[in-house]
Amino acid sequence: MDLSGLFAQVLNGLQYGLLLFLISSGLTLIFGVMGVINLAHGSMFMIGAYLAYVIASLTGALWLALPLAVLGGLAMGAALEAGLFRRFYKREHLDQVLLTFALILLFEEARSAMLGNDFHAVPVPAILDFSVPVTAEFAYSAYRLAVLVVCLFVALLMFLGIERTRIGSAVRAAAEKPEMVDLLGLDARRIHLLVFAVGTALAMLAGALAAPLQSVYPNMGESFLIICFVVVVVGGVGSIAGAFWAALLIGLVDTLGKAYLPEIAGLVVYLLMAGVLLWRPSGLFAPGR
Amino acid sequence: MLVAGRTGTLLLLLGAAVVASMPWWASSYHLQLASTALVSAMFALSLQLLVGGAGMVSLGHAAFFGVGAYAVYLLPPGLSIGLTLPAAALLAGVAALPVGALSLRTRGFFFLMVTLAFGQMLFFLFHDTPLGGGKDGVFVTRPAFEIFGLLWEVPRRQRAQVLLWVNLGLLIAMYAALAALMRTLFGHALLGIRANEDRMQALGYDTRRIKLVAFVIAGALAGISGHMWAMTEAFVNPEFLSWHRSAEALLMVLLGGIGALHGPILGAFAYVGLGEAATLITERQRLVEGLVFLAVVLLLPKGLAGLLPRGKEGGR
Repeated sequence: MDLSGLFAQVLNGLQYGLLLFLISSGLTLIFGVMGVINLAHGSMFMIGAYLAYVIASLTGALWLALPLAVLGGLAMGAALEAGLFRRFYKREHLDQVLLTFALILLFEEARSAMLGNDFHAVPVPAILDFSVPVTAEFAYSAYRLAVLVVCLFVALLMFLGIERTRIGSAVRAAAEKPEMVDLLGLDARRIHLLVFAVGTALAMLAGALAAPLQSVYPNMGESFLIICFVVVVVGGVGSIAGAFWAALLIGLVDTLGKAYLPEIAGLVVYLLMAGVLLWRPSGLFAPGR
Repeated sequence: MLVAGRTGTLLLLLGAAVVASMPWWASSYHLQLASTALVSAMFALSLQLLVGGAGMVSLGHAAFFGVGAYAVYLLPPGLSIGLTLPAAALLAGVAALPVGALSLRTRGFFFLMVTLAFGQMLFFLFHDTPLGGGKDGVFVTRPAFEIFGLLWEVPRRQRAQVLLWVNLGLLIAMYAALAALMRTLFGHALLGIRANEDRMQALGYDTRRIKLVAFVIAGALAGISGHMWAMTEAFVNPEFLSWHRSAEALLMVLLGGIGALHGPILGAFAYVGLGEAATLITERQRLVEGLVFLAVVLLLPKGLAGLLPRGKEGGR
C-alpha cells in the first residue's frame, strides 16, 4: 500500500472530522440543553460557506470571513432563539421538525434568490496556497493544515470554556439535567440564548473554513447535517467529549472509505452507526455508562 | 386515535364519490393530479400509523416508499399488478424490519435521527450503486392490470381514469384496514405506548416488539403507495427515497391532524392542492412550501381534521 497516500488520507480524515466536530458540538449541545432538534443547523454551515464565498469574491481577503462568520453566527443564533425557537421547547417533536425543516427551505430559497444555484469554487488564500513538505516525497496542503490547527484551537477553547468557567459548568449541568438549572437558581433563558448563539456561530465558522476545501453549492448543509446526526448518535447526546471522538472516528472512516472502498463509500458510515446501535444504543461515549 | 364519526365518514365518502366521478368532468391533467394526491394520501396514511398510532416520528419513511417504487423497476417487466403490488409491499416490509429493529433501540429524537440516517443509507444504495439504474432515475414498464388470470387491456386514452379508480380503491381499502387495526388489542396497545410507554412496559407489554410490528406494517403500506406512484408516473427516481419526501409526509400528517386517522387524507389533498395553486402564483416552490410549513406549525397545531365534526374516540 502507498504509505504517504495513506498518511494524506488520514490527515484529510482528521481535518474532516474536526469540521464535523464544530458542527455537531453545537447540534448536541442545543439538543442536550434545550431538548430541541435543529434540522436547520446544516443551513448555518451553508450560510457560513456562502459568506466566505461572497467575502472572498468581494474583497479577496478570505480570512475576513472567519470573524464575520463567528459574529454573524452569534447574532443569527441569538435572533433565532429569541424570536422563534424559545416558543418551541415545550412543543411536540413533530412541530419542531417541521419548523426547522421550513427554515431549511426558506434559507435555501433565500440563497437561491440572492446568489443563484451554481457551484462556486472559493480560492485558497494566497498566503496559504502552498504545500508543506512532511517527508521527502510527501507534501500536504498548507490550507488544510491551517484548518486542522484552527479547529483544534476552537475545540480547545470549547473544552476550557465548558470545563473551567462558571457559565460552562452551568451549561454542563443544563445538558445533563435540564431541571438542575432552575434548582440552582440560574437564569435558564440566558443559558439557552448563549448555547444557541455559540452553536450557530460554530456551524457558520465550520462553513467558512470548509468553503475553499470543497466549493459552495446548493443543499451543501444537508449532507453535513445527516453525517452530524450520525456523529451525535455514535457519540452520545449532550456530550462534547463524545461528539469530539465520534466526529474524528466518523471523519476517518468516511474519508478512508471513500479512498479505499469507493463502491460502498456512501454506506460505510451508516453501517458503523448500525454497529454502534447494536452494541451501545446510547452512544459510545455516553456519560455514566 | 380518532376515527371519523358518522357525519365525518359521510363527508369522506362524498369526497371519494367526487374523486371517482372526475373522469366525467375533469381534464386528464387533473385526473393525474388527483392520482398524485391519492398516492400521497396513502403514503401519509401509512406514516400516521407510526406518528398518530405510537408517537414515533420517523424521518426515514420515504425510504420504504422508494423501495416499493423501485420494486416495479427491479421485477421483470410485464408481470401483473396482482403480483407486483404484494411484492412491493413485501420488499418494503423486509427493508423496514432491520431498520426498525435497529432504530427502535432508541427513542424520541434519537429515533428520528437514526431513521433519517438509515433512510439516507437506502437513498445512497439506489443513488450510487448500479442496483437502482442510475441517479437520474429510470422509466419503468407499468405492470399489467391482470387479476386471477383476467387480463384487462386498458387503452392508452383511459389509463389515467383507470389508475385514478385503482388508487382510490386502494386508499379506501388501506383506510378501512387501518381503522380496523386500530380497534384491535394491538391498536389499543399502540395508543397506550403513545400515551405512556413506560407504563405499558410495566404492565408487561413488549413495547419494542409492538412498535417494530407497527414499523414493518407502516413500511409495507408505504411500499404499496410507492408502487402505485411508480405505476402512475411510469418512472422511478432516487429522490423518491429522499428525506424531503419524509418531511413532506410528516407535514401532511400534521396538516391533517395527528389525532385523527382520516387526517393524512385531508392533509395530502390540501398539500397537493396548495402546491398546485402555488405554481399559478410563483415559480419559487420552496418559498411557498416553507411558508406553508411555517404557517401550519405556528397557526394550525390541531390540523384540518379539527374542522370536521368530531367522531367517537376509536382507540381508547
